[in-house]
Amino acid sequence: MFLKLAWRNIWRNKRRTAITLGSIFFAVILSTLMSSIKEGVYVNMIKNSAGDFYGYAQIQLKGYNEEKTLDYSFEFTDEVKNAVGSESAIEESLPRLESFALASHKTVSKGALVVGVNPEKEKLGTQLHNRVVEGEYLTQNDNEVLIGDGLAEYMNVTVGDTIVLLGQGYHGVSAAGKYRIKGIVKFGSPEISKQVVFLPLKTAQTLYGAENLITNLVLQVNSANAGIKVAKKLKTQLPENLVAYDWQELNPGLVKMIETDRTEGYVFMFILYLVISFGIFGTILMMLAERKHEFGVLVAIGMKRFQLAVLVWLEVISISVLGAIVGVIGALPVCFYLYFSPIKLGDELKQMTEEYGLEAVLQPSVAPEIFINQGIIVFCLAATIAIYPLIKLLSIDAIKQMRS
Amino acid sequence: MNVITTSNLSKVYDEGPVPVYAVNGVDLEIKKGEFTAIVGPSGSGKTTLLNIIGGLDKASSGGVKIGSTEIENLSANELIDFRLRNIGFVFQSYNLIPVLTAKENTEFIMLLQNTPKAERDKRVESLLAEVGLEDRMNNRPTELSGGQQQRVAVARALASKPQFILADEPTANLDSKSTANLLDIMLKLNKEEDTTFVFSTHDQRVIDRARRIITLEDGKIISDEKQHVQ
Ligand SMILES: Nc1ncnc2c1ncn2[C@@H]1O[C@H](COP(=O)(O)OP(=O)(O)OP(=O)(O)O)[C@@H](O)[C@H]1O
Ligand SMILES: [Mg+2]
Repeated sequence: MFLKLAWRNIWRNKRRTAITLGSIFFAVILSTLMSSIKEGVYVNMIKNSAGDFYGYAQIQLKGYNEEKTLDYSFEFTDEVKNAVGSESAIEESLPRLESFALASHKTVSKGALVVGVNPEKEKLGTQLHNRVVEGEYLTQNDNEVLIGDGLAEYMNVTVGDTIVLLGQGYHGVSAAGKYRIKGIVKFGSPEISKQVVFLPLKTAQTLYGAENLITNLVLQVNSANAGIKVAKKLKTQLPENLVAYDWQELNPGLVKMIETDRTEGYVFMFILYLVISFGIFGTILMMLAERKHEFGVLVAIGMKRFQLAVLVWLEVISISVLGAIVGVIGALPVCFYLYFSPIKLGDELKQMTEEYGLEAVLQPSVAPEIFINQGIIVFCLAATIAIYPLIKLLSIDAIKQMRS
Repeated sequence: MNVITTSNLSKVYDEGPVPVYAVNGVDLEIKKGEFTAIVGPSGSGKTTLLNIIGGLDKASSGGVKIGSTEIENLSANELIDFRLRNIGFVFQSYNLIPVLTAKENTEFIMLLQNTPKAERDKRVESLLAEVGLEDRMNNRPTELSGGQQQRVAVARALASKPQFILADEPTANLDSKSTANLLDIMLKLNKEEDTTFVFSTHDQRVIDRARRIITLEDGKIISDEKQHVQ
């Protein structure tokens, strides 16, 4: 009966209810879309600059993450293999030997991230072969390399050209080698495309004088969250000198950037909801004034003030939650539509996003938390605002109310 | 036994330059089954007196006993509960909850009393039949005439099985036909169910049908007469 009464009271003043619902609806739809798009960008960013290349989790020798030199390389022993193999979430483990070197062709030189990989494993794991846009993919014993399209463009080289890699090898030996370019690879993250050079693991180990050694073991899992879980679990199972990191620990800069951006979003949402709150509050004040006499009669005939307060509280909550639900329902189709057919950004925006190391695609996230959070925020807001009438009604006086 | 007893009841408003005695030393006894009209010129204190008797307003001095309860000893929340169980109210207008039907309005007070559903349904139907509204049960107040609304208010007041019904000018907004009709119903309830009514009025046609007439002037009782009506 109380619910029925509250529900009917909401619809008493249809226009006012429509205005209140409408303002909540727009606030919710706006902030849902905003969060959805932002979260989508983060997912994309994490995938491109972390997942696709570094993996969502890695095993390294202690110290390597802080100081990336070959001196922190390790052997991919059976002990490590077993620890990794016992983890069912890990689809593939990819040994790599990574180091920086100077790549040059004719008069052009550029710093490059040289990555020794197991071509067969990468095929199964990161699907590196699918990134080859020109030339061919590597095989195990090649003495050839794949280079990122950004780097190729910068150095003005193409398939068939030869580049020279010059760097420092294991324990300070000097490393130098000449390699033919077998193929060109393209990554979502322009940052990676601009500096990467792949060669077979064996070839890299020879180049750097690091026989049988690797610097990272990339753990292929199916999502960013799985990476976090796996890394956490492995931390206790690995030999003393090794440590598992998730993508957050591997990319602190990225995490920080996302957090800053997310906070900005929250500030915007806060302001938006603050405005809405004043709207709801105004509605409540009007409603209290209009129904003074009615409240007086109710208390006079014996309705407890506490019951009356709950009734009005319910009214405020229901209208707000209703607005939130309608808003989320309104935002859902847009988010899902964009999720399944992401927008490719135009040239101008593309340049801008690439400067930030982003792929120029807008694909919102449809994670349920985004939608549930909006509902929770509106509910909490309404519940807080509704404290005002609650307190007012807990101390009303029947005849004072009726006299007006 | 007295349903209502007041002793030396006074209410002073002293916010203005001179204190106003809205009710001034009223001693009153009303017995079960009486049908009493409080009359008097405007400003004579009728509303104030009824509000104090009904526990809606506080007296400045003196006391009110309903049955054997001295209501000035009750806390604000106890008083609300006391009203719910002992006093039926009919106000001059806008008595009903606008979003509820006649039936639901009548049922509402029993809901507040936690009466079981089966009993509520039975009682609502018989009450609305008694006030002649069995065919308007599912209409909302806006779909009822002023007289019909007051009849629903009487049905609602009765629903709580109160010791008596207080009505402040219940016919003030009604035309003469509706007034006569409401009085017929009140008198019938008084006769058949021994329901005690205390109401204020300006209307001579209403006064003519009361059994007991208490006249106030400047907050004092200046006459208290019984008259015989059929
Ligand atoms: N809240 C108040 N503050 C000050 N004076 C008041 C207040 N309420 C009533 N009074 C005064 O008390 C006196 C009695 O008022 P009351 O409303 O009881 O009269 P009434 O007999 O019901 O009049 P009416 O027939 O016009 O309804 C009046 O002089 C009125 O001005
Ligand atoms: Mg009056």
